[in-house]
Amino acid sequence: MKSVFFGAVSATALIASAVHAEPQAEVLHWWTSGGEAKSVAVLQEEFASKGGTWTDMPVAGGGGDAAMTALRARVLSGNAPTAVQLKGPAIQEWYEEGVLADISSVAEAQGWADVLPASIAGHMKCEGSWCAAPVNVHRVDWIWANADVLEANGIEMPTTWDEFNAAAEKLEAAGVIPLAHGGQAWQDATVFEAVALGILGADGFRKAFVDLDMDTLKSDEMKAVFDQMRTMRGYVDENFSGRDWNLATAMVMNGEAAFQIMGDWAKGEFMAAGKVPGEDFLCASVPGDGFLYNVDSFAMFDVDGDDKQAGQELLAELIVGQNFQKVFNLNKGSIPARTDVSLDEFDSCAHLSAKDMSESSDNGSLLPSYAHGMALRGAQSGAITDVVTAHFNSDMSSEEAVNMLADAVANSM
Amino acid sequence: MTKWLEENTPKLVLAPSFIAVLIFVYGFIAWTAWVSFTRSRLLPRYDIEGLIQYERLFASPRWDTALNNLFVFGILFIVIAMVLGLVLAILLDQNIRTEGAIRTIYLYPMALSMIVTGTAWKWILNPGLGVEAMVRGWGFENFTFDWLVNPDMAIYTIVIAAIWQSSGFVMALFLAGLRSVDGEIIKAAQVDGIPTWRIYTAIIIPSMAPIFLSAFIVLSHLAIKSFDLVIALTGGGPGYATDLPATYMYAMAFSRGDIGQAASSAMIMMMVVFAIVVPYLYSELRSKDD
Repeated sequence: MKSVFFGAVSATALIASAVHAEPQAEVLHWWTSGGEAKSVAVLQEEFASKGGTWTDMPVAGGGGDAAMTALRARVLSGNAPTAVQLKGPAIQEWYEEGVLADISSVAEAQGWADVLPASIAGHMKCEGSWCAAPVNVHRVDWIWANADVLEANGIEMPTTWDEFNAAAEKLEAAGVIPLAHGGQAWQDATVFEAVALGILGADGFRKAFVDLDMDTLKSDEMKAVFDQMRTMRGYVDENFSGRDWNLATAMVMNGEAAFQIMGDWAKGEFMAAGKVPGEDFLCASVPGDGFLYNVDSFAMFDVDGDDKQAGQELLAELIVGQNFQKVFNLNKGSIPARTDVSLDEFDSCAHLSAKDMSESSDNGSLLPSYAHGMALRGAQSGAITDVVTAHFNSDMSSEEAVNMLADAVANSM
Repeated sequence: MTKWLEENTPKLVLAPSFIAVLIFVYGFIAWTAWVSFTRSRLLPRYDIEGLIQYERLFASPRWDTALNNLFVFGILFIVIAMVLGLVLAILLDQNIRTEGAIRTIYLYPMALSMIVTGTAWKWILNPGLGVEAMVRGWGFENFTFDWLVNPDMAIYTIVIAAIWQSSGFVMALFLAGLRSVDGEIIKAAQVDGIPTWRIYTAIIIPSMAPIFLSAFIVLSHLAIKSFDLVIALTGGGPGYATDLPATYMYAMAFSRGDIGQAASSAMIMMMVVFAIVVPYLYSELRSKDD
């Protein structure tokens, strides 16, 4: 009797799957390191438990460069993956090539517009229709500090750049490296945009790095940003060239250095070393108002076949689903993109991040990070980074730097 | 039939590789040239837009740096590697004992990949780990050797590493050249009482002209296509101070989604190679006709 029953069930299942094609998804991503791979596995399990078949296509290397090369080859040969880890304006760039799918039906059924902050939702839309699903929100404008070092030198977390400079002088006199930094172009750019947000303010930042307004790029405030970069260059140890960001984080951890300006992936390093936020290390937003976000997302590519389209819709639904948003971000150190996820299990830095995100979303200072490819296309952001890193690593004057900045941006169009 | 086969076998055997070279080398050169005249960004587009990419290229200070670096690096690398290789070859040529062992030691760096060379030299030249830290540890507190992190000097660290890698190979080339000089002439010169250094400068080295040319061609193409050494040693930094055309092209094509820029820089690189190779081929072909 039992076997007959199961036979009937599996027969219905077979019929059902013939009608509703079994969801299939091929997912191209570059989350291959330990913690990241674990985070993707969460999604993979959830997808499988809903009856889908997941084909994993991880491409490691080059911070996504290798994956993009693979994607280009796949798209050119007319065989695009179902979903691809893409972010920021790159989504729209691919949309303009006419290869992205429309997932508005899922997004509307799930009410994405109500749970995602408006400016983040904007990145997920291509000419009004939804074409990508956000995974997380990394905050970029963090300043991390070693709590013991600050206490020993009687320093509070700085709230203005002048305070930061005063604190750095004090630390330097005490023989501590004030700022842990790695001399790689993207790290220079990360510090630069944090400084720019503080000095230009949210509106100035948007004009300069989203609208590429020439007057703002050449303004006296921009010169002041480069002046501050020159000052910060003095707070970095002489051996910083080419150092990886996590080694700089380690310098803060072991008290060799006091501060680091880095996105919240640095928190993962502290946590992995068993440090406690608020006790061993401190987190705060960099001086100035605003919130620079770096949102990872999956763009959905145009695919043929019901099974693949079903897979795409299921995948989109799961990515923005509460469960995945929570589990993934606990693993990765970021915060959920949707604002209605319970943050009980998250640490104090994530709470601060979520609070600042909703506040800045309300007052219009929730801004895309230029250094992490959220604000501009590759050619423009690359041109800016070239100038930033050339200035930081030479004795170029701020005057020269702003002129070079304006020329480089104009030349990259 | 057999006669036909006899006549045509070489052609048949060569045909596939000929076609492959035609498509995959010359075909893609033509494709790159085409793309370099378009506004291609993320994916190639095929509407010709004129010289816009070349204008952008030569307006870019980063490309300026890359091209300057190529000349600084190329000239120093080729000249020093050749001089050093020649001196080593002459010293080894003095019928010393254990020549074979010494030759192997000097040739050994050539067996390493550029990535290994670059990484090893990165550690050696790192001020906090390598030579500077060591000499300071000996008590010379003011000793400074920070070329690797100094944007004005960093390109010379690449020259050092490249010379270390290649001069042994140049030595082997020259040693073969020295050995191929007719012994009778040298003996005649010795009988005439000509000093050894004169024998080298007036007889042996001039008769090695073709070897110099080969060494030059090999080294110059190594210099122009240098990529892995820069990536491993400095990553193009500090800033973009050690960018070379090849790393510039890579950044444009694969990191920035600016295929048009990458294609135009690749075309310029190819022209630099042609400027060196074409006169060589021309002189080779002409000397065969004579």
